[in-house]
Amino acid sequence: MKTNKKIEWPYWVHVPILILLPFICPYSALATNILIYGIFAMGFNLLLGYTGLLSFGHASFFGLGAFTTGLFLLKLKTHVGVAIAAGVLMATLGGVVIGYISLKRREVYFAMLTLAFSQLLFFIGLQMKDLTGGDNGLAGIPIVKLPLGINLGRPLHSYYFMFVIFIVVSYFIRRLLKSPFGKAMQAVRENENRATSCGYNTRRIKFISFILSTLISGLSGSLYCIQLRFVPLETLGLNTNGEVIFMTLIGGLGTFWGPLVGSSVFLLLIDLTSKIIERWELIVGLVFIGFIMFLNRGICGLIEKARSARKQRRGAPAGSV
Amino acid sequence: MKILETKELTKSFGGLTAVAGVNYQANQGELSTIIGPNGAGKTTFFNMIAGTFPPTSGEIWFRGENITHLPAHEVSRKSIARSYQIINIFPNLTVFENLRIASQSRKVTYNFWKDVEELEDINQKATKVLETMMLQDRRETLAASLPYGEQRHLEIGIALATEPELLLMDEPTAGLTPDETIRIMELIQTIARGLTIILVAHDMDVVMRVSDRITVLHQGKILAEGKPGDIQKNEEVQRVYLGGQRY
Repeated sequence: MKTNKKIEWPYWVHVPILILLPFICPYSALATNILIYGIFAMGFNLLLGYTGLLSFGHASFFGLGAFTTGLFLLKLKTHVGVAIAAGVLMATLGGVVIGYISLKRREVYFAMLTLAFSQLLFFIGLQMKDLTGGDNGLAGIPIVKLPLGINLGRPLHSYYFMFVIFIVVSYFIRRLLKSPFGKAMQAVRENENRATSCGYNTRRIKFISFILSTLISGLSGSLYCIQLRFVPLETLGLNTNGEVIFMTLIGGLGTFWGPLVGSSVFLLLIDLTSKIIERWELIVGLVFIGFIMFLNRGICGLIEKARSARKQRRGAPAGSV
Repeated sequence: MKILETKELTKSFGGLTAVAGVNYQANQGELSTIIGPNGAGKTTFFNMIAGTFPPTSGEIWFRGENITHLPAHEVSRKSIARSYQIINIFPNLTVFENLRIASQSRKVTYNFWKDVEELEDINQKATKVLETMMLQDRRETLAASLPYGEQRHLEIGIALATEPELLLMDEPTAGLTPDETIRIMELIQTIARGLTIILVAHDMDVVMRVSDRITVLHQGKILAEGKPGDIQKNEEVQRVYLGGQRY
């Protein structure tokens, strides 16, 4: 087999756009949120888009990451690196426990278990007021300053900090998806029974991919806390569960760039519609319905389909978006 | 030399006994066929060997090892593969990816870093099966968009790509035209060199030519066993099976 070391075309499109994003967006904090939610949705997409497991409770891991990092920065006053590591670790531990139990059931029962766990965490967060701030959320998280004069309180500094992390995370995910394990995940999504009869321990594959997905979701939660310097209780809430599904679907399930495109479209749409009408949820809801009904491959799924159709006409191998 | 042996293998579903105390042997390098009318217990018999579900009682031995209660993925790792009566592929992946997934399963599942394109041996293995199954021209086609006949080829190819020593094939000609059936049977004869195959089939004419040995299953029990010629002459077999009484 020939080694394919060349950079794939979507990078040439996405990376320059990302570099300029804070200047394209109405305000640069929006661009930062696009990246953070992009990472969250990419982690979610690993599970839904590649392993084929629908979790209705990914807010658990986003919220665990956000609250843990917040508490480390606020109460323990640790270095930001430690705080992020703690957030990721906590979310991953949550993933191990919740994943282990939820994966005992399949399909809708699996989804319901993840939802139940996320509700459980939400109410624990609500009850433990002393720790989490309850309804008011966790406020007063200090501004993070790094060497070389980097001040994450400044919008552009914060954006490019997230940008670097985003590039690293997306590189890891890219490697994962092209690796034997990534292919095994897709085998499980496509046909779990056949994957089993090919010799795959599908239960273990699902469990590991669940954990990887929660790890990335936890990281995005940590970053969210650093960016906002506040952790609303809603990070653990139902809306967060829904939003990540929404972003992944409109961007394109099981496509590499889909989640990022999804988070961009979603956040820009909210920004735009909330300026026009008060009940922006109406518009967003209609757009979502539109996507499900008519474009259920999402934006990147559509591009991918068009490209592979064109390549197949030419008889060349299909690329991926 | 026997490679597979079942001892008093039995499966009951509630009140129904699908397989009732079957003592069966497959010999190394042999192409043996199990025939029988619908509901004779052929697929159930396969499902037990492949570990899809455990038997109610009895034992399964493969190469001197008791594999009765191994789960399906571990049975596969003992180098037993199966192909299915109903097409059972990875629909939204390309033909080549389908084969490569099968060929990597035993070697490299928990590698999170290396690009599969760079894993020479699994790519070579998958390419070899692609050629054996005459799917070279379909390498980059999505499995779901293959014509039915070629999906049958892929179905068998996936099983073959796991590099089995024993291949269980459940009705590999199901739904094929007579021409396609001939092609598949020729392919099976090619594959059969150096491999032990147990074939489940419905169509007597097809298996008569290729089988070394035929076992007739009827109502979950072995009715007769022997060389194709003997089976054809066996009066009991003719009565329950060949004599037009297909049910």
